[in-house]
Amino acid sequence: MSDEKSTEPVQILLTPVELDYTYSAGVSASRFLNAMAEGKLLGQRCPVDGRVYFPTRGSCPQHGVPIEGEPVELADKGTIVTYSINRVPSENIDLELPYAAIQVLLDGADTVLMHVLGETSIDDVHMGMRVEAVWKPREEWDTSVGNIKYFRANGEPDAPFESYKEHI
Amino acid sequence: MSPPASEGETLTAPHQLAYTYKRSLGPVLSRFFTALRDRQILGVRRKDGTTMVPPKEYDPDTGDALDELVPVAEVGVVKSWAWVAEPRKKQPLDHPFAYALIQLDGADTPLLHAVDAGDEGRMKTGMRVRTRWADETVGAITDIACFEPEA
Repeated sequence: MSDEKSTEPVQILLTPVELDYTYSAGVSASRFLNAMAEGKLLGQRCPVDGRVYFPTRGSCPQHGVPIEGEPVELADKGTIVTYSINRVPSENIDLELPYAAIQVLLDGADTVLMHVLGETSIDDVHMGMRVEAVWKPREEWDTSVGNIKYFRANGEPDAPFESYKEHI
Repeated sequence: MSPPASEGETLTAPHQLAYTYKRSLGPVLSRFFTALRDRQILGVRRKDGTTMVPPKEYDPDTGDALDELVPVAEVGVVKSWAWVAEPRKKQPLDHPFAYALIQLDGADTPLLHAVDAGDEGRMKTGMRVRTRWADETVGAITDIACFEPEA
């Protein structure tokens, strides 16, 4: 036993649990992510009511039918439908605190995307605010939504409440 | 960064879910683990004179609070066992071994631990085993690296 060994009583036990998975994205999300690697935002239309799901998904959760049609490419700008101010640091987000976590309705989509707002004061963020994606440098792109660094206000006039009230 | 996968290729990614639990041991288990660091195994004595290893804070039959810790031997007998032919990463040994219920001399209940028998053919219920201590002890059940056949 080394001389440096503690003589204090042992009071704490570390019992880490680690579960190692290999996550398979599946056909539909893989198509979406492969398109992300090329800077394209793909949604897909429900064959029953025409709603555009973003990201693409294999089936419509509302009608229970397969979504098999051609994907729809969406703009990299949209409208903040709701948000919350985050004051707690998070491992995967290197924005300065506080920042706004936002739900963005991309133009042409019927479902919202969760992302973060950068380059914009939290005093200015509001529902209906128009925002655009700020992409990472192209050489850093991967098959990831993280290719979009954050969204920022793009200066367009606010979207009217009527235009997004179904998506809050 | 990996090159973009071609259209239609199904993507996979490693995903680790981890919970970094930290337990406060309390007075009884604190003494058990502190003793392990000193390479000694303690049990707890019940009112009927029997000894439980590992110790519990309360008598499982009567609910009495227990706090009389007594040393037991580092040798004992295998009461039951199961062979692990293909150990996983976090298991106690990196080669085939047995998980066994081992009743140490002086104890009346068995302790679950690993037996490094080398070969399944050497494992027998009733066999005698002895403690192999870890090179460095820190106050954890892994201070007992494993048990090994006595003879």
